[in-house]
Amino acid sequence: MTVLDPPRPATRPVARQVTIRTRRVSGRIPLRAVVVAALGLALLALAFAWSIGSGDFAISIPDVVAVLTGGGDPANAFIIEELRLPRAVVGAVVGASLGMSGALFQTFARNPLASPDLLGITGGAAVGAVFVIVLGSTGGVLATGVSSLGVTLAALVGALAAAAGLYLFAWRRGIDGTRLVLVGIGMAAVLDALVSWMLTKASIFDLPAALVWLSGSLVGRGWHEAMPALWAFAILGPLAILLTTTLRAMQLGDDSARSLGIRLQLAQGSVLVVAVGLAAFAVTAAGPIDFVAFVVPQIALRLVGGSRPPLVTSAILGALLVLLADTVTRVLFPYEPPVGVVTAILGAPYLLWLLLRTNRKASA
Amino acid sequence: MTHDILDPVSVATAVPPARLRAVGLSVGYGDQPVVKDLDLDLVDHAITTVIGPNGCGKSTLLRSLGRLLRPAAGQVLLDGKRIDKLPTKQVATELALLPQSPIAPEGLVVRDLVARGRHPQQSWLRQWSADDERVVDETLAWTSMTELADRPIDQLSGGQRQRAWIAMALAQQTDLVLLDEPTTYLDLSHQIDVLDLARTLNRDHGRTVVMVLHDLNLAARYSDCMVAMRDGEIVASGEPAAVITPALLREVFSLDAQVIEDPVTGKPMVVPIGCVR
Repeated sequence: MTVLDPPRPATRPVARQVTIRTRRVSGRIPLRAVVVAALGLALLALAFAWSIGSGDFAISIPDVVAVLTGGGDPANAFIIEELRLPRAVVGAVVGASLGMSGALFQTFARNPLASPDLLGITGGAAVGAVFVIVLGSTGGVLATGVSSLGVTLAALVGALAAAAGLYLFAWRRGIDGTRLVLVGIGMAAVLDALVSWMLTKASIFDLPAALVWLSGSLVGRGWHEAMPALWAFAILGPLAILLTTTLRAMQLGDDSARSLGIRLQLAQGSVLVVAVGLAAFAVTAAGPIDFVAFVVPQIALRLVGGSRPPLVTSAILGALLVLLADTVTRVLFPYEPPVGVVTAILGAPYLLWLLLRTNRKASA
Repeated sequence: MTHDILDPVSVATAVPPARLRAVGLSVGYGDQPVVKDLDLDLVDHAITTVIGPNGCGKSTLLRSLGRLLRPAAGQVLLDGKRIDKLPTKQVATELALLPQSPIAPEGLVVRDLVARGRHPQQSWLRQWSADDERVVDETLAWTSMTELADRPIDQLSGGQRQRAWIAMALAQQTDLVLLDEPTTYLDLSHQIDVLDLARTLNRDHGRTVVMVLHDLNLAARYSDCMVAMRDGEIVASGEPAAVITPALLREVFSLDAQVIEDPVTGKPMVVPIGCVR
């Protein structure tokens, strides 16, 4: 058995379903998913208020709620609306997008290792961003004032280009999940090397900016970064949910999916476009916040049960994780380490655990 | 006055053409044709089994009949229409195909797998109608899977797992059911189990079953019609007794064998000679 064979979780609850039926509409909802999602949303609301309330100038949660509902102290209102709210929104949207994107990738590839950060989508964004940051001051065409828009745009282009490359290299009369993961890991390594090489060429003055971008941070993020990510999520999130029935059939393998009436190429293309879009806009807004897209869907799967990472719960838990990680960096540390460092500290052990489990199973 | 029924021309036109047919079908991977200019009418409401040595193109034929492969030349006709021109979802309501050794995602329970067979009848808004529920319950009962309905597929034995997959294909409620080597990796008693299920489907539910099998004796026993292939071409087809002959076994499988009567069913039974004597 290779590393790429997904390990089997020890216990996974059988989902109890609630059937909903009217004349036109019918469906089944796993009870557990509803409970987990509701709890997650409640915690997310608390985390949101906590995140907005904490900082150099602490604001109590009731005051935060007062401002958000349109009242409150005008001094608080400025701090909240102009400084902390957009940052919290970026955190939540980026987390939600990454969580959902990871769930889509993992279902598509039928492999828990598949996620935009491990498959090079994030790496593509990093190449784009670092390219502009580094070349922006060392001359070249881009020398005339690289605005933050330049970096953002370059990151977006980089992410989409990496996704296109991934698709091209992994395509061989269709897309196979394992090949997608192998090609993706290879591409991520190449893009990573490219970033390192550019960093060695960077001037000492640009290095800090590049490094901060690379570690993924919400510092200084405002409405300017929040809006594109918010729009992307508002459009792609519902599209992802429309794909649930397709994903359910696709999970059974290409042949079974097609004999169940799935137009495979179209279905695979749609899932990839939505997954890549969510990841690309998230990375563009906040830099590579590692491991969120990778870990969150698997946590959601274990909480909810079933056979594939749940999309909505993954989004909620992703938002919760990024928001909490960001607030923790601001409250606990005096110098605000980038949020990506915290998620990496949480995520790396999980990756090791996943690999160890697989190896142990293989040798057992 | 002559009896119309004896007139060979009117007899020929009175029989409706088979629902699923291959006409001049060639299929290949790249330039290499695996199935060559093949004509086949699959008898409705019968069990047809395709046999042949490894690599003779029998799975390729089945997958083409099930619209998983695109013909390089010729065509597959479903009710007289080219199957590759029909909408995927419409085909899925007429024809179900169980691929060779399918793998279920871990954690998926039997009932949910069977429920996925309802996908062709469902839409995003109608995901679980009363009909869906009734069909899934019935299918679980037919296939004796009701007691295992809440068990994850990955915890079942090979035979149970195959029953679960067949149940999924049945939940599609199609008249045509294609099974690609449904007995592979099963021990003999489970092979019999799966083939009994195929027979029940055909005899009690009137489904047309097309299978690829390796075991000639089981194929002869369970089939109404057999198709023997070699090198992408049909060498013989018809009733088991007409197909399973020492001459054909030598021609198709390069096998020296005696054919005797199966003591249980009276169908032909292959006894290979080999070099044991």
